[in-house]
Amino acid sequence: MADETRGPSAPGGSSGGTAAPASDRPTGDRPAGDRPSGDRPSFGDRPSGERPSGDRQFSGERRPPRPGGPGGGREGGRKFFRRKKVCKFCVEKIEAVNYKDVRLLAQFVAESGKIVPRRLTGVCTPHQRRLSSAIKQARNIALLPFAGRAA
Amino acid sequence: MNRTYELMFIVRPDMVEEEQDKLISTLSTVVTSSGGTVKSVEKMGKRRLAYVVRRFHDGLYMLLTVEGSGGLIAELERRLRVTEPVIKFLTVRIDEEQKRLDKLKAIKDARRKAPPAAAAAPAEPAAEAPAATA
Repeated sequence: MADETRGPSAPGGSSGGTAAPASDRPTGDRPAGDRPSGDRPSFGDRPSGERPSGDRQFSGERRPPRPGGPGGGREGGRKFFRRKKVCKFCVEKIEAVNYKDVRLLAQFVAESGKIVPRRLTGVCTPHQRRLSSAIKQARNIALLPFAGRAA
Repeated sequence: MNRTYELMFIVRPDMVEEEQDKLISTLSTVVTSSGGTVKSVEKMGKRRLAYVVRRFHDGLYMLLTVEGSGGLIAELERRLRVTEPVIKFLTVRIDEEQKRLDKLKAIKDARRKAPPAAAAAPAEPAAEAPAATA
């Protein structure tokens, strides 16, 4: 009984007459078979939300891959065992990232001269920040190339 | 307001030793005359440049560590700019980074001392707990 009293009040309060027929159609089509009529008002609450919610269910299924989405590769990493990347600076406890240390910096510069992104090297954010500024300083004083290999 | 800076500059590779020393001494006098101090001078030697600078493929790298004000650095940079054999220079302020490193080191040292204290601390509550129940 309590459910019934709640039921009519919810759609009436939310949107008046116009929304109710709109909600009737989808409810007639879809959930009638799935759920008892007592649940209808809850659908009436989000008539517009129904289709997106349908999409949401799909996306809900997709979601686990999605954090793996940049990890579409990562999911592959689960199949083929891939070592977890760790920040070199944290592991080896290198606190000072200096622009003069070309050997260290060169490890994080691609062949093209670009700074290798974190997602590839596994360097943590604070260290990547220091690293990138150090690389830029080294470029300025011709220790590292701006583009291409060091001549 | 004294700050520590690192002044790295590259001179053309065919510069003779005497002229290098002369350049360094003139820079040092500029520093001392405006109230700064030269902490260290290092000739890092000849190095291949990562890219061509003023048609040079090599350069002699020099490193000057200077303590002084910002105005002093401006003057030094002006001088480097007008000095013909200097092909590139870079000034980096290092005192704040040094401060950060010292702080980290202090924390690390404190932690090294802390473990015995931390080991003692859990033992005490464990001893107290039975006493409280009893």
